[in-house]
Amino acid sequence: MPINYYIFFCLTLFSIGIVGVLTRRNAIIIFMCIELMLNAVNLLLVAFSKMHHAAAVAAVPESTVGSDGQIFVFFIMVVAAAEVSVGLAIIVMMYRNIHSVDINFLNRLKN
Amino acid sequence: MSHLVFLVPLFPLLGFLINGLGRNQLSKASIGAIGTGAILLSFLVSVRLFMEVLNGGGGVDTLFYLFKTTDISVPFAFQVDALSALFLLIITGIGTLIHLYSTAYMHDESAPHFARYFAYLNLFVFSMLLLVLGSGFVIMFIGWEGVGLCSYLLIGYWFKNNDYNYAARKAFVMNRIGDLGFLLAIFWIISKLGTTEYTQVFAGVNNLSASDITAITLLLFVGAMGKSAQIPLYTWLPDAMAGPTPVSALIHAATMVTAGIYMIARTNLLYTMAPFTQCVVAITGLATALFAATIALRQNDIKKVLAYSTVSQLGYMFLGLGVGAYTGAVFHVMTHAFFKALLFLGAGSVIHAMHHEQDIRKMGGLNKRLPHTHLTFLLGCLAIAGIPPLSGFFSKDEILAAAFQASPIYYILGLLGALMTAFYMFRLYTLTFLGEARFHEDEHHPVHESPWQMTVPLWILGILSVVGGWIGFPEWILPNAHRLEALLAPIFARSTALAKEHAHLTHSQEWMMTGGATLAIVLAIVLAIRSSLRAKVNSEPATGLAGILENKWYVDEIYDNAIVKPLQSFADLLKNVIEKSGIDGLVNGVGKLVHYGSRQFRLVQSGQVGNYLLIMVLSMVVFFLIWFNDTALMKLLHNIF
Repeated sequence: MPINYYIFFCLTLFSIGIVGVLTRRNAIIIFMCIELMLNAVNLLLVAFSKMHHAAAVAAVPESTVGSDGQIFVFFIMVVAAAEVSVGLAIIVMMYRNIHSVDINFLNRLKN
Repeated sequence: MSHLVFLVPLFPLLGFLINGLGRNQLSKASIGAIGTGAILLSFLVSVRLFMEVLNGGGGVDTLFYLFKTTDISVPFAFQVDALSALFLLIITGIGTLIHLYSTAYMHDESAPHFARYFAYLNLFVFSMLLLVLGSGFVIMFIGWEGVGLCSYLLIGYWFKNNDYNYAARKAFVMNRIGDLGFLLAIFWIISKLGTTEYTQVFAGVNNLSASDITAITLLLFVGAMGKSAQIPLYTWLPDAMAGPTPVSALIHAATMVTAGIYMIARTNLLYTMAPFTQCVVAITGLATALFAATIALRQNDIKKVLAYSTVSQLGYMFLGLGVGAYTGAVFHVMTHAFFKALLFLGAGSVIHAMHHEQDIRKMGGLNKRLPHTHLTFLLGCLAIAGIPPLSGFFSKDEILAAAFQASPIYYILGLLGALMTAFYMFRLYTLTFLGEARFHEDEHHPVHESPWQMTVPLWILGILSVVGGWIGFPEWILPNAHRLEALLAPIFARSTALAKEHAHLTHSQEWMMTGGATLAIVLAIVLAIRSSLRAKVNSEPATGLAGILENKWYVDEIYDNAIVKPLQSFADLLKNVIEKSGIDGLVNGVGKLVHYGSRQFRLVQSGQVGNYLLIMVLSMVVFFLIWFNDTALMKLLHNIF
């Protein structure tokens, strides 16, 4: 399978994430969109890692070369999970303070 | 050649250091003894050196090198010859008397100030000795600056009076103007000859073009104008009366003002080779002599009259230098040193007795109360007026005779100045010592004669004023009796050889001229005494010509309006226009720009999180495009899409 499919797929996911971040006002939705972008990039990393060594793997089927990107992605996910807990905690605090998760109410830094 | 020469300036330097550093510890008696003793010791060494010169000794004694390069080397060397030895005697001899006199005159000062006074005085003498002893222009310049500094310090000695401080500042600024000319002359000499030593400069003088010599001598003369108070830089000298009276005596007789004469006498060869400069020197001297004499006619401050008479007498010396009578000028320096020191110390004695009253309109009838001062002062007046056989007669006659040979106009104007000199000196004498007393005598502080420390120097100087001229009898009175000329002949030998020969006056002409001049001077004296005795003396300002003279031809006011005020308004222009709108505008403009810019830029912070995100994403895209805009990436993207 050519790499192009992965790239187009990731690009679509990433763009959906960006558009979501730019257009939505609900903090939770924005947060989800950010996760979407992160995972699009993760997916791309796995794809590149796999495809980069496709020739070597084809020659020696039992070779483990090219699996490092996949392992690396697990670490990213762990860190992302930790980051998600912080982000959700911020959103909870935001709701407690202004009784809303609409980012347009977060304008205290204005001027 | 004796190696004692370094001792001459060393003693005053030590005196300066001891008195200056120990001013809070030493007692007044020891301060006076150290100050006077230092100069006395150097006087004794000077006498020894002078004897050696008389016996054909002398020469250049190099102590060390100030700096030494392949192009130029400047030794710190002392030159002892007839000219410098003679000046050494004048400076240290009269300096000793003035120091002795000062111990009594300054007795009211507290010990630290007393020590400060003597320290400055010793430094003054030290600087003057350097100036005279130096074997090149650089050492002379060091001394030259030194006397300028010391005159500033001593004129402003009573620094609590602001007028005195201004007078000191004026003296310093005027001197600086002259010093600039001297400095430029030194640079010129270095650039043309690569040396500053007199002997080498005079040896290489034929390598200089005529215009070079004229420029150098004119620049040197600018220096002499400042130091020796000639038109147009003379105004500091009368104001220098702000200092204590013995300081005035020192400035006018031994140190400082004679420096200009010494410099020209030292470089006489250059001046003889520059006829144009000689003409400038003679005319400046003559103009100064007459101008200052007219001012002196109507001054009422005892010291101011003497100050203007010094300016006038210095004018005579420059006239002598200008017409090539170098011996006459140096002779007049010597005799003038005697009688001017005498007159100033006498005036100091009067001021001391009158409890610091200096206005001669408030004196009169002092001849009985101050017998010693009166008699010696009279001797000084007769000497400066040029009555034979007192010292002033011989030197002034020599200058006037030389002036006559150069041009009869010089002689007539010079004689006119001499008549005015006689008139104002005897006006001063009469108003001070003769007639009715015009002051109220305080019973508790009667007017009294000064102590011996003051009268002894007066008498010594009085005797010198009488006999001082006898070393220079002119040819027509006693043939081959001009010992000074014989002494100084080696110094001026090359100039004498170069100078064009004038038609000599016959002896009968000389007798007639001198007789007529003396008669006129005696008449002027009689006229002065009679008119001053009769004159109603009041303190109202005079009108008409007398008023102009009383206000010194308004020269200070003219300088003020022509130089000081324009400079001040120029400074005001710089301050109010250039500084305010230019420099300040630039600085404030930058501040205002930043302030305004940030006020506008602040609006970007709208507080809308959505906007921030949009800007962030757009910025990242732009950043990405700019930063990774390389062909490899573009090719990759092209391949993909």
